[in-house]
Amino acid sequence: MIFIVSLLVFLMLVGAAAACVFRDLISAVIAAALVSLIASILFYLLQAPDVAMAEAAIGAALTTAIFIVAIRRTNRYEQ
Amino acid sequence: MSLSLAKIPFGQPKPKIARHYIDRGIEETGAVNVVTSVVVSYRGFDTLGEVTVLFVAATGLGAVLRIAKTKAAAIEPASFVLRTGCRVLFPLILVFGSYVLIHGHLTPGGGFQGGAIVASAFVLIYLGCREKRINDKTSTVLESLGGVTFVVVGLIGLAVGGYFLLNFMPKGQPYSLLSAGVIPVIYIAIGFKVGSELTGIIDNLIEESK
Amino acid sequence: MSVLHNYAYYAGAFGLIFIGLYVILTKHNLIKVIIGLGILETGVNLFLICVGYTRNGTAPIFSRAGLDAELMVDPVPQALVLTAIVIGVAVLALALSLAIRLYHHYGTLNLREIREQKW
Repeated sequence: MIFIVSLLVFLMLVGAAAACVFRDLISAVIAAALVSLIASILFYLLQAPDVAMAEAAIGAALTTAIFIVAIRRTNRYEQ
Repeated sequence: MSLSLAKIPFGQPKPKIARHYIDRGIEETGAVNVVTSVVVSYRGFDTLGEVTVLFVAATGLGAVLRIAKTKAAAIEPASFVLRTGCRVLFPLILVFGSYVLIHGHLTPGGGFQGGAIVASAFVLIYLGCREKRINDKTSTVLESLGGVTFVVVGLIGLAVGGYFLLNFMPKGQPYSLLSAGVIPVIYIAIGFKVGSELTGIIDNLIEESK
Repeated sequence: MSVLHNYAYYAGAFGLIFIGLYVILTKHNLIKVIIGLGILETGVNLFLICVGYTRNGTAPIFSRAGLDAELMVDPVPQALVLTAIVIGVAVLALALSLAIRLYHHYGTLNLREIREQKW
């Protein structure tokens, strides 16, 4: 059990570091969506199903859609 | 450093007010989901403040982006697979979102989660069938109706009993749909408001003007 | 063994807060900074839920009659985090609309170039 939790936390931190390093902004947004998704799984493992549902619907889906629409109106690559 | 880390109470039992909410939650509010009764009934005023913050953010976004609209190029239609897939998925996601919205006091879920799922269904329509847009007036009317219902229910509680957001409707049987007094009414109003607000935010951000 | 369990969750929350702060403080692109703000908010919400967790707890919902009310985790942080997630998405949307206006006015989203152009 602790092995699974440690693996998930490690993947989440790798995703956050990838969002920091990528120069293509759309790839950075997808990495941030991965962080949101694994945070939703951790919320469920911490016995909070309401919060897990809210984070999955709002953090992973709607925040990513808002970011991609905003990036489309500005530059795609970080200068 | 590890000595100081060892002193932090990880996983210790919880403070006294959580005990009160869990033990007396069902008989005081009638909702089986304790988190819902905390969000809507015990701390209902904080939820009113949060709905206000969301409303101000959506209005501010509409005001800031009004000047920056540009004319559209010809919109190329999406491919056949995408169009058909979006048309098939849209009613299914809408039904699932409505289910989560209505059963907020019985299962995990509620107004915020259901509203976000309904907004995701509309984003899917923007992706697949690109020439359809949301009717502006319907979205504004739904959003205002949701907010006004919340405040009016609270004021009726103030008029009937002693304080704002009093639970004045009868609390039926604990596990049925029409239970928990005024909580389902408020949560459905919040669900409508959040869903139409998030859809309006995406609609304002998309570049092509009408 | 279950104490080490909680350490993993807290390490994840603190790691996200540090990475989010690093992105806000050192990156030049405005949209990167807003992504960092989103990661920081996710980390803070995770930390708040970790505080309310007790060992061998169950979810605070009476889904069947006769569930043991002694083992349930704290419902108050869950209610607060529900509010915080929705407010987080509202702040991100408003910040992105201001970034789009900046792009229309200055032609770039690089914070160093914008700062030089003001003078």
